[in-house]
Amino acid sequence: MTDHPLSKAALPGLAARYRAESRFKNYGKIAVIFSLAFLSFLIVGIGFKGVGAFVKTEVRLEVSQELIAEYGDDSFTLLRKTVLYNFPDAKGRSGRKAAYNMVAAGAEETLAEKLSMMEGSPSKFDLWLPTSDDVDIARKDGLTEEVLNRFPEVQRAWLISLDKQERFRTRFNVGFLTNGDSRDAERAGIGGALMGSIFTLLVCLVFSFTIGILAAIYLEEFAPKNKFTTFLEININNLATVPSIIFGLLGLAVFLNVFGMPRSSSLAGGMVLALMTLPTIIISSRVSLQAVPPSIKEAALGIGASHVQAVFHHALPLALPGMLTGTILGMSRALGETAPLMMIGMVAFIADAPTSFTDPASALPVQVFLWSDSPERAFAEKTAGAILVLLVFLVLMNLTAIILRKRLEKKW
Amino acid sequence: MVNLMTVQQVVSKPMAFDGTPKIIARDVCVSYGDRQVLHNINLDIPQRRVTALIGPSGCGKTTFLRCINRMNDLISICKVTGTIMMDSADVYHADVDVEVLRRRIGMVFQKPNPFPKSIYENVAYGIKLHGLSIDKADLDARVEKSLRRAGLWDEVSDRLDSPGTGLSGGQQQRLCIARAIAIEPDVILMDEPCSALDPIATARIEELIHELKEKFTIIIVTHSMQQAARVSDYTAFFHLGDLVEQGETEILFTNPKDERTESYITGRIG
Repeated sequence: MTDHPLSKAALPGLAARYRAESRFKNYGKIAVIFSLAFLSFLIVGIGFKGVGAFVKTEVRLEVSQELIAEYGDDSFTLLRKTVLYNFPDAKGRSGRKAAYNMVAAGAEETLAEKLSMMEGSPSKFDLWLPTSDDVDIARKDGLTEEVLNRFPEVQRAWLISLDKQERFRTRFNVGFLTNGDSRDAERAGIGGALMGSIFTLLVCLVFSFTIGILAAIYLEEFAPKNKFTTFLEININNLATVPSIIFGLLGLAVFLNVFGMPRSSSLAGGMVLALMTLPTIIISSRVSLQAVPPSIKEAALGIGASHVQAVFHHALPLALPGMLTGTILGMSRALGETAPLMMIGMVAFIADAPTSFTDPASALPVQVFLWSDSPERAFAEKTAGAILVLLVFLVLMNLTAIILRKRLEKKW
Repeated sequence: MVNLMTVQQVVSKPMAFDGTPKIIARDVCVSYGDRQVLHNINLDIPQRRVTALIGPSGCGKTTFLRCINRMNDLISICKVTGTIMMDSADVYHADVDVEVLRRRIGMVFQKPNPFPKSIYENVAYGIKLHGLSIDKADLDARVEKSLRRAGLWDEVSDRLDSPGTGLSGGQQQRLCIARAIAIEPDVILMDEPCSALDPIATARIEELIHELKEKFTIIIVTHSMQQAARVSDYTAFFHLGDLVEQGETEILFTNPKDERTESYITGRIG
């Protein structure tokens, strides 16, 4: 330490204060690193697991004209005969079964499609067919000793020889994004759940946005400030913290039992989620209305605008970006909700994608919940894939919120 | 409608000037809840003159100003008694529509508060609101006229579409004046219009007030006695909720009758 009269030694206790300050900064850095580590661990982990769900393995099989001539009308039998034709060493009941299990359930659809589109009749042709989920996972894991041990003797040999002959290929799995749910992992997709989520969110948006914004404008700008409105305000704030499953129960009791809305429908689901997001939207809308400088409204009143005109011409346009942001954040929360949807039956196994608001529907987080319960290894991959889609959906919504805010925001 | 004559018979004319007053206040008391902030104000505002309301902070001059166009209606605990008449019509009468009243009594606020819209829209808003223009050309003409009167036209004529909030403080305040005069009111209330402005912008506004008084009755609240002396024809001095003294500016400043007025204008209180 120097003896300079302006050095920190000149003021007793200063060095200790600086040490405490730098310690505090370091704690902050550690906290940020910690949370970043968790977040990246989560995203990278899910990313690695889930990316496989977007691709599928196909196997090249030889289809002979003789078999088509014989079984052409019945693609299911044709597929089975074709499989046996390609694996001539499949003997006995268990051998045949092992051979059938090489290709995906539902692969006959691909075969039938190919046949209907084919022109001419070559005596033999090659066809790429989706493999079963076990083969698909094994190939994605890499055909190591350990992985191969999961298969019976006869399949093990086929896998090795098919791989050597390069009769496997990897293709983008369109079905994962378009198919509905299925008991067969190779056919299960999130298309149905995605549609369900979109329908549900649309219902939720329409109800919660209109009701929420109207309530917020009335409460903030027009309602008299008395004990009753204060009581209302406190209750709205409390509602925002009510566990979502309670809203599910309310929806079950009111929407389904009293109003008799269709069970498991995105209409009922959306309305339950609207109930849940209403408090959030009302609160954020009121906050953004409060943030509008009163001088703007006074200016309008001062030149003879009515109170309603002052609010709708001046306060509302300024508050709208904040209101929209609040709404979209509320929507993102609604998108991730599972519990209230379970209460109104949206947790059921629904194989067909919904086409209207009253069709039985599922939702993305519910699909994640359902798949995570399935024992098949392929479903673990599907679960992670569905989470990825859910995350992308969320990011897109939040991005919309940011863009909308930037677009509509006015400086004053 | 209250008969003007009866009021005038009861109370003698408090401020000496020629012609009929534009605004007459009689026994105006204002309280916020239990706290009374104005006591029995009797004041006449002459037509097409500038009347300055001066006094130390918290003396009630802004409150009185906001009673005239009933901006105090917005504050639920604010209670006004007594009568304020404009052109012999009681502004607190039950039949009065505040929008019609404020169409005739414009207001300019302490802090420039243009709408976050274009310069053109700022001025056109009131005209469109009250349906004063016949067509687009008429609207354009009215906007130009108002901006010219506010002495802003030359500075903004080439950028009417740019935001009003992008102007300098003094320009913004002149834009607010243009907005107020665009709907052609009779009276303009100015609540310390220069308190947020630098001396040059202030001088510009004061000049403008001089020009505007040919057409409008102007009431200006100000903290600055110099400003009151410069711009006003009549002055009313408020102190602790009382109207202490009123009269022609020159006389009030050179020869105050009340001791409190003298103390204030010589800088001993306030």
